[in-house]
Amino acid sequence: MQNVIESSGISKNFGTTKALNDISFSVNESEIFGFIGPDGAGKTTLFRIITTLMLPDEGEIKVLGMNCTTDYKELRKNIGYMPGRFSLYQDLTVEENLNFYATVFGTTVEENYELISDIYSHIEPFKKRAAGKLSGGMKQKLALSCALIHKPKLLVLDEPTTGVDAVSRSEFWDMLGKLRQHNITIIVSTPYMDEAMRCDKVALIQDGKILAIDAPQKIRDGFSRKLFTVKSVEKYKLINTLRKYPMTLTAYPFGDSVHVTFINDMVDNSLFGYLIKEGISDVVVQAAEAGIEDRFLELMNKTE
Amino acid sequence: METHVITVKNLVKKFGSFVANDNLNFEVFGGEIFGFLGANGAGKTTTIRILSGLSKPTSGEVKVAGFDAYRQTEQIKKNIGYMCQKFSLYEDLTVKENIILYGGIYGLTKSLIKERIAELLAKLRFQEYENRIIADLPLGLRQKLAFSVAVLHEPKIVFLDEPTGGVDPITRRQFWEMIYETAARGITVFVTTHYMDEAEYCDRISIMSEGKIVALDTPENLKKQYNAATIEEVFIKIARPVSLHPHPPAPFS
Repeated sequence: MQNVIESSGISKNFGTTKALNDISFSVNESEIFGFIGPDGAGKTTLFRIITTLMLPDEGEIKVLGMNCTTDYKELRKNIGYMPGRFSLYQDLTVEENLNFYATVFGTTVEENYELISDIYSHIEPFKKRAAGKLSGGMKQKLALSCALIHKPKLLVLDEPTTGVDAVSRSEFWDMLGKLRQHNITIIVSTPYMDEAMRCDKVALIQDGKILAIDAPQKIRDGFSRKLFTVKSVEKYKLINTLRKYPMTLTAYPFGDSVHVTFINDMVDNSLFGYLIKEGISDVVVQAAEAGIEDRFLELMNKTE
Repeated sequence: METHVITVKNLVKKFGSFVANDNLNFEVFGGEIFGFLGANGAGKTTTIRILSGLSKPTSGEVKVAGFDAYRQTEQIKKNIGYMCQKFSLYEDLTVKENIILYGGIYGLTKSLIKERIAELLAKLRFQEYENRIIADLPLGLRQKLAFSVAVLHEPKIVFLDEPTGGVDPITRRQFWEMIYETAARGITVFVTTHYMDEAEYCDRISIMSEGKIVALDTPENLKKQYNAATIEEVFIKIARPVSLHPHPPAPFS
């Protein structure tokens, strides 16, 4: 199988800021590859390099077998790019935007309609509306339709779900999953750790460095300690009390419980005794499987 | 008996023929962490604008910190703090200058401002950043400072509009610990978020859909009521009306 992206040792500086620091990874054909990390991690810079909009200071990158510097014209025909900021023409209608993008790439909406029909059908009833007047979710669907209309081999989505509610985010990932049958490779960035599980492979990225690259389940398996969830009605008190317990290694709030690791990787009666003494008697402790976010926190703590 | 810091009765807000808030009823208690959830476009921002004195209701009764949302909007503004993800601090001013500016706007005395600067810098372990401009701070630090500035004047209520969007997982948790501390001091926290795990940190949450509040209770009770393991599941079940899911594609025309 051919690698759609092959990158080794990519670095990019802005003044004294190291936006990307020695980034190496490869993306296989028809894969959904996620870059997961907070704002400022370097995701957008990397995507701009992949889409030939920016040159790296160091390192080599090949996309679809082509050189990002010398073959950029040919490469651009084969990439669909959806930037983080809504970048369509706000004063053109939905339909006009779509036609415009099709024309720019020398194709027609009819020719590739099948590819976008699942997505575009949601906004087609509003095709006479100006793009600027659409709701957030509809703008996102239009932008995705426009990025796909020339049937790219590689789709690059920069934070498509940021600021989007949980229901719409889930629907968006369902749409990406369906694109798989058209043999389109997708790279996507997101600050939401829970979305990692929707990818075939993910890279965790922070401060311009890749912390880990693997299939999401393997990243979870990489968690090096035994993880426990601890629940009590008094959540805030529980966190602070757990942190003071001498055997506690880490204690982080996760939803309705606290995720805790202990120096000896086990829970014994002395924990319950300690918590009761501190006035917390309703605790429920369970062994748990680490999630992507647990592993991200662990890797962040290691690098600091 | 617990005191209400926000009381909303039959609140309606219309823009032309569009009903953005459709007969809302809820109360928020003093010192509570109240999560205000809903799909994009459900009408949350409209409500927050009314509760913070920036917009007036079309009809209904709204009281915030004891003041009326029709006639006493200026008093409301003095008694609340507000922070959102997009804008809260002046990027080309230093940390110290931002604190002085906001302290001045809220009418704090010079000596009190000086005291608060020292307190804040120590609490956030921010001393080294005192004379740095905001634009040079990492996002996480910026958001923590913005929150601290929003409660500089010890308001009765602080509104946080997606305060943790895009921040790293450690900072996100530190931010929530600041929220807990603030609520423990008696300041009511009214917060919106798209991270459903954060909804679980709230004392009570409401979920809005198409201008209406479709659920309001503690996270525990909502999960029981909807037979769901997480608030995310509850949200996916009820946050969006069926009418917004269009049917399969119409033939291409």
